[in-house]
Amino acid sequence: MVRLKEIAGSEEMLGCGHRLCTGCAEPIIVRQILHATENPVVISNATGCLEVATTIYPYSAWKVPWIHSAFENAAATMSGVESAYKALKRTGKISKNIDFIVFAGDGGTYDIGLQSLSGALERGHRLLYVCLDNEAYMNTGIQRSSSTPKGAWTTTSPVGKKVVGKAENKKDIIAIVLAHSVKYVAQAAPSHWMDLMTKVQKALKVDGPSYINVMSPCPRGWRNEPEDSIKLSRLAVETCYWPLYEVENGIWKLNYKPKKKPLEEYFRLQKRFAHLLLPENKPLFDEIQRLVDERWESLLKKVSL
Amino acid sequence: MSKMTNIMALNGNEAIAEAMKQINPDVVASYPITPQTIIVERFSEFVSDGLVDTEFLAAESEHSAMSSCIGAAAAGGRTMTATSSQGFALMLEMLYIASSMRLPIVMAVANRALSGPINIHCDHSDSMSGRDSGWIQIYSENVQEAYDNIIQAIRISENKDVRLPVMVCMDGFTTSHCVERVEILDETSVKNFVGEYEMHNSLLDIEHPVTYGPIALQDYYFEHKRQLLDAMDHAITVIENTSEEFEKLSGRKYGLVEAYNMDEAEIAIIVIGSTAGTVKSFIDGSGNNKLGLLKIRSFRPFPIKEITNKLKNCRAVAVLDRALSPGSLGGPLFTEVRSAFYDEQTKPIILSYIYGLGGRDTTTNMISQVYQDLESTIKTGKTGKLVNYLGLRGE
Repeated sequence: MVRLKEIAGSEEMLGCGHRLCTGCAEPIIVRQILHATENPVVISNATGCLEVATTIYPYSAWKVPWIHSAFENAAATMSGVESAYKALKRTGKISKNIDFIVFAGDGGTYDIGLQSLSGALERGHRLLYVCLDNEAYMNTGIQRSSSTPKGAWTTTSPVGKKVVGKAENKKDIIAIVLAHSVKYVAQAAPSHWMDLMTKVQKALKVDGPSYINVMSPCPRGWRNEPEDSIKLSRLAVETCYWPLYEVENGIWKLNYKPKKKPLEEYFRLQKRFAHLLLPENKPLFDEIQRLVDERWESLLKKVSL
Repeated sequence: MSKMTNIMALNGNEAIAEAMKQINPDVVASYPITPQTIIVERFSEFVSDGLVDTEFLAAESEHSAMSSCIGAAAAGGRTMTATSSQGFALMLEMLYIASSMRLPIVMAVANRALSGPINIHCDHSDSMSGRDSGWIQIYSENVQEAYDNIIQAIRISENKDVRLPVMVCMDGFTTSHCVERVEILDETSVKNFVGEYEMHNSLLDIEHPVTYGPIALQDYYFEHKRQLLDAMDHAITVIENTSEEFEKLSGRKYGLVEAYNMDEAEIAIIVIGSTAGTVKSFIDGSGNNKLGLLKIRSFRPFPIKEITNKLKNCRAVAVLDRALSPGSLGGPLFTEVRSAFYDEQTKPIILSYIYGLGGRDTTTNMISQVYQDLESTIKTGKTGKLVNYLGLRGE
């Protein structure tokens, strides 16, 4: 059980001085996650906003051991750290219990890092992989990834006369992770911090890999007001666009059942979806709403089994 | 000298696996690729039989293998791997990162031609593509050297004045798959020689948190690279000192280069890897003390002084490259040897020979032809073509 009183008093492991944007959800999520840990942690970070903005040499915002090696390999890098840990523990060179957390964006997870994630999951390294999912390549300036939802504007899925935003659907990363028989897989959002932190604690108790997909609103890429980021996270949950659920040892569980709001309420605060609210794009908007509805219904079936 | 030496018949891959067993690293992360595969096969047998304490990580690609080596080494584990050709190319991004983090990873490379066309046999195009990656590169002529070099590489890479990753190269198939007589040192001597690995800025030292792999921009990137250059310079002395210590243990003498029949040589061949053996055989057969050989053992760091010093009395020299640099002048070894002589008052005529690409056999007849070319050059004063190709159709 996470207690706010204890969290408030515990030490920050991602310190101040980092240079992430105002309204970026990433440092909020990272701090929520690190406050939920019990053992000391080592972090592996894929290339991305979180990495570049927290470790501008000669400064580092991290008060815990941290490694970044490249973009597509945060899971493989951590596989090596965890293997060394096992070897050194076996030979008695270290004695402390340590937890291992990977942070990567959706580009580093759904796309370029998918192979390295799959390898780490299959080998069964004891690590928690957290995808900070802001649904595009934000660090390079808002390009579409396989996590970008259908219809969304990005600089490489522009709103044109023939093609309106991204033509393809968002990839179902949770299904891919689950195909590796991972014992704890969850989806979370920073607006529901207690839920996220509880999930982190569950994930870190797994003797093997675990995975949490966390929505991370990005004012630069989503074209929202910085003060609306957490509100957007909440709206994503309330509209059933981003359901909060977990799959523990194969058992699906819905962690929060909203009174489903119309998707328009979530879209209205983000300029990346502005074109979808125009009358001429009503058919596309309706198709996206249908897709959200279908996914929600499908999830409800899974959790009731 | 070592108390007990065991004579074994092993191929290069098996000998390297044997050395790795004796070293007993904390982590081996690797991926199979011809002609290196036997190394990881043998080593995984040692793991399965409980003969080593190593955590064996069977990665899903060479990119991930090297990424895992980086993680393991940063965590304070003694870390080793092996690769060839396409695997080397896939790792290339991570090779630069390993050296910039100053991680003492030791990697065996069974040299193999890079695609395309796809080819499984030896040339040096793979490791030569990593010559600017900040790794120390030590090349082996035969199985014995491959075994000896792996053991020495641990000491070189972990030396506090160096702390750079080291690749130990041997020729694919020619050395990796050919069974030779090898003197295997007793395990205790090897363990004493490599010593206990002392963790340095380990990620697992949670009381002293470190940040590995920060972003360094216009204001600091350059200085990071300069420090790497200094480390590479230090490696010259460390390689020599390590060789001296290893000689006391094994009786086998190594240096940055090996000069063969060079005392009175007027013409010489410079070469890397197993072809040095072919050249030695030709020289021995000729009984001619005017023919010399300079074998490069350390290509990175590049031993400029040793090369110019050993060749200073030669009148003509042929540099044999087993890799191309299309659009450049000759191969990479040739351009660097020529550059090394720029400031010398007296310098030999230096010709380039490209040989053995994609595993093309290099015979003593070809070596004979090279010496004849050099002889004719010093007799006539005419150099002919600067860049030549051995055993190539249409040449």
